[in-house]
Amino acid sequence: MDISELHAIAERERARRTSIRIHCCTSSGCMASGGVVLHEQLTKAVSAAGRQAEIETVAVGCMGFCGLGPMVVVEPEHLIFERVRPDQAAELVGALAGKPCSIERGDPQHPFFARQLPIVRRNGGQINPERIEEYIAAGGYQALYHAVHDLEPNEVIEELTRSGLRGRGGAGYPTGLKWATVAKSRGERKFVVCNGDEGDPGAFMDRSILESDPHLVLEGMCIAGYAVGASQGYLYVRGEYPLAISRLQKAIGQARRLGILGSQIFDTAFDFKIDIRVGAGAFVCGEETALIASIEGRRGQPRPRPPYPAEQGLWGFPTLINNVETLANIAPIINGGADWYASIGTAQSKGTKVFALTGKVRNTGLIEVPMGISLREIVEDLGGGTPDGVAVKAVQTGGPSGGCIPASLFHTAVSYETLAEVGSIMGSGGMVVMDASTDMVELARFYVDFCMDESCGKCIPCRVGTIQLHRLLSRIRAGEASRAELDDLEQLCNLVRDTSLCGLGQSAPNPVLSTLRYFREEYEALCQPEP
Amino acid sequence: MSARTLTINQTLVSAREGESVLEAARDAGITIPTLCHLDGLSEVGACRLCLVEVAGSSRLLPACRTTVSEGMQVQTDTPRLQEYRRAIVELLFAERNHVCAVCVASGHCDLQDLALHVGMTHVRYEYLAPSCAVDTSHPRFGIDHNRCVLCTRCVRACDEVEGVHTWDIAGRGVAARVITDLNVPWGEATSCTSCGKCLLACPTGAIFPRGSTVAEVQRDHSSITRIMTARGERW
Repeated sequence: MDISELHAIAERERARRTSIRIHCCTSSGCMASGGVVLHEQLTKAVSAAGRQAEIETVAVGCMGFCGLGPMVVVEPEHLIFERVRPDQAAELVGALAGKPCSIERGDPQHPFFARQLPIVRRNGGQINPERIEEYIAAGGYQALYHAVHDLEPNEVIEELTRSGLRGRGGAGYPTGLKWATVAKSRGERKFVVCNGDEGDPGAFMDRSILESDPHLVLEGMCIAGYAVGASQGYLYVRGEYPLAISRLQKAIGQARRLGILGSQIFDTAFDFKIDIRVGAGAFVCGEETALIASIEGRRGQPRPRPPYPAEQGLWGFPTLINNVETLANIAPIINGGADWYASIGTAQSKGTKVFALTGKVRNTGLIEVPMGISLREIVEDLGGGTPDGVAVKAVQTGGPSGGCIPASLFHTAVSYETLAEVGSIMGSGGMVVMDASTDMVELARFYVDFCMDESCGKCIPCRVGTIQLHRLLSRIRAGEASRAELDDLEQLCNLVRDTSLCGLGQSAPNPVLSTLRYFREEYEALCQPEP
Repeated sequence: MSARTLTINQTLVSAREGESVLEAARDAGITIPTLCHLDGLSEVGACRLCLVEVAGSSRLLPACRTTVSEGMQVQTDTPRLQEYRRAIVELLFAERNHVCAVCVASGHCDLQDLALHVGMTHVRYEYLAPSCAVDTSHPRFGIDHNRCVLCTRCVRACDEVEGVHTWDIAGRGVAARVITDLNVPWGEATSCTSCGKCLLACPTGAIFPRGSTVAEVQRDHSSITRIMTARGERW
């Protein structure tokens, strides 16, 4: 396939389109609130009105504003309809002909939309994720073509290093450096693995990307394969994401038929295959060495690092493991250039980050914001504060590995360094907002309960330490503990953090330590008075 | 193979290239406590007892999985490490039912030795007191899960030495158990060759030879009774 063919596909797709497109979200969030039925009803309503020639309904990916789903956006005028019920389909189609309409209308200038900077989510809500033509019409696969035809592998890595992109899975390891390490490692074979085992409670960023724009991730994986010298990629997706899996399978099939995946990609000597591996429901498999064990068909358990997967990964071969969101950033960086990407964000943290904004917040959903934005802007401007107007108490970032940041620190700019300084982590992007009614001890207990349940049991501090932490927190919560036991709690947290084998155990005490740091009075109030 | 010189606890130590810190320390007569390590088996770094402080690393590193390097500065017995080791051993004692007085391994048990070594005087954690199964379906051996510390020495000995892989782990967290074949009673595990390597590898009294447990010991008084009463019977 030549670049002209890619352009021809895009051209045919644009010519095929009708003048008005009704975009109806059919991703998991809106699907749960009736998006699929709504899409069918809208299609019927358009035919009933006899306007198929000028209006088409498109089942698109996530628009982000999940709290107001199902969302419908009519292009090119960008009319936003919220919480549309299937029985309102005819009314909505009527509204396009100027008839009165009672459906809630959204404001495109609303800060929830206006303050975002979509890079990895820019096709969300714009294209039908099940049709590769729409992705190509949106400029898709041009970055891959450019990479394999015009760039040497080390030039791709160079571009990525200059962009300043860091791992979006949470730890923030420089992506360019990781790619360079894998490229330099010697091995008969090499692998690229996409980590789609998103498991934090309240996090659905990767799910949305995989469901709304599967080709973007595939393109990122292909470019990664070219850059590091791999010919096989594995997409590890958790089994709880059936829609993501089916859309990825479709996407892989479509790309293969067009010669974008498989052998001799774009008529070059570069071969790259992608296979899906489905996780079986273990949080720890998001840890890279456990994920490797799981792909190899073994029990999903971590092993000590080093050796890092970049040297010895899948079946002992050099393996590049990147998170979904990291890989989704690759094609935009190759297209837009490293300088453009590096101009976004802070000195150390470049680009944008997708957050799943949930909890006691008016506007719940997915947001993609530039690094360096303050927590206050996210919670109050984009999130709109709490639904009943009471003061926000804290936000929890990073899920069970993260911490709580009190409202007094909401001036903190979002970056890997600053969030770590205040005792939390960037994490994969879960952001849970809490108001005064949230019991912080119970919150800490919830997250410890999660880690206790998900501990694989291999190392003693995590296996037994988390259950002892949970017992101690339960005693405190029940008012049975003395103040001295708060010190025991802290000591046990330090033990689990410093001696556990993998990231799960090492970060499991974070929710306890951060709530102890900022909300110690809540713990003390529950303790028995000194005799 | 070239030599490496490193410092362990302020003592200069010579080690072979590729050797672990644990091996180098042992050669130099420095004891680092271990539990999941067994000479000859692969290292899993799971028990976390051999964690040491290495200058330049913010994390504690398992001595068994850390390769020596030139000029490395290792501390194996700082107050922090001593405290963590004691706490880890206490966590193990609190996890299942380790009652030495009624255990077949008392007196020759790695866990008991560890408790003495780290100076454990009491257990500060709540005893979880699970009710674990005892599998005596195998004709020669038994496994008491109450004593198991999940070190996986049996799993590795069976897989790496006997080459059978009868043992493995099922479940996760504190619910994890060593299992035979696809979680069938040991006596029904057709892959087991009854070689007894798991028994020899087990650090505690979890895997034991049949007939040796407190409950199984049977006293036969008949012969002594015969001696005692023989005179009376004759006259």
